[in-house]
Amino acid sequence: MNMRLVKYGVPLVLFVALAAFLAVGLTHDPREVPSPLIDKAAPAFTLERLHEPRQPFSPEQMKGKVWLLNVWASWCVSCRVEHPLLVEMSKRNDVPIVGLDYKDERGAGLQWLSKMGDPYVVSAFDVEGKVGIDYGVYGVPETFLIDKQGVIRYKQIGPITPEALEKKILPLIRKLNA
Amino acid sequence: MSRCDRMWRLAATVACAFALHAFGQAEEVAKPDPVVEARLKDLGEELRCLVCQNQTIADSAAPLAVDLRNQIREQVRAGRSDDQIRAYMVERYGDFVLYRPPLKGTTLLLWIGPFALLLVGAAVVVYIARSRRGPAREGEVPAGRQREIAAMLEEGGGPPAGR
Repeated sequence: MNMRLVKYGVPLVLFVALAAFLAVGLTHDPREVPSPLIDKAAPAFTLERLHEPRQPFSPEQMKGKVWLLNVWASWCVSCRVEHPLLVEMSKRNDVPIVGLDYKDERGAGLQWLSKMGDPYVVSAFDVEGKVGIDYGVYGVPETFLIDKQGVIRYKQIGPITPEALEKKILPLIRKLNA
Repeated sequence: MSRCDRMWRLAATVACAFALHAFGQAEEVAKPDPVVEARLKDLGEELRCLVCQNQTIADSAAPLAVDLRNQIREQVRAGRSDDQIRAYMVERYGDFVLYRPPLKGTTLLLWIGPFALLLVGAAVVVYIARSRRGPAREGEVPAGRQREIAAMLEEGGGPPAGR
């Protein structure tokens, strides 16, 4: 009896454990790498604005506000999926959104905004993608939620989904604004 | 198309792919400095490209990998050490960029896991080996059957009829 328990029990337990590990693994997206920047100060930068090349933008200018930094590009397919949601958010005045047009052409970026709507209070223009590197951007779109002190509180990798917006981003914005 | 012909076409395609690859690499910098490139290669082979996650930064053709290679070149030229450059990457992308992750709380299972599994496996092997040795020991055949066995051996045949 005991021998039998070992013979059939042990492989069963091992199988269940392995299956459990694999099942948990399936729910993780390997493309979503946790950012080491969470709860750290948003890296400083100064960039040209997309609309007014002469006027610089830097995150300093948003101090005292809770805001989103949305990294996008006109060549990015998922950004097209995300864009209507951003436009809707800006219409509702949920939170000021700053756009970071990443490794794009100015003309293409401007055309995209005039065609699809401009949800951004300001658009910064990162032609070389250096600011993107400082923010650890590896898959546009990416969105950072930054608090009044300029600390990154949340990062969305890939398009903001209505679910992520309702369950994570909006509650966090309310909390940070309180 | 003959078989030989097909082989030639395949060889040409492969050669072409290699040539393109080499060309792409050469395009990246106008005047590659061999010292910088050697250090870039060493460093880049230990860093993961986050766009195509199973490739290294040295290997990947993803635009981000190209940017990061240029970033590393710049830093090597600026005289930063390998550790400083690795720290720069980790600051931005986390420990995941390192193909050799550091030993700490969150990576403990990763480092110790395989050895723990090996120990468990060894224990199972030892257990099975021990439990198998038991019944084969001499003198454990019940006394009543010893004669039966001896008779069988003498006959040189199978078991007695009727069994």
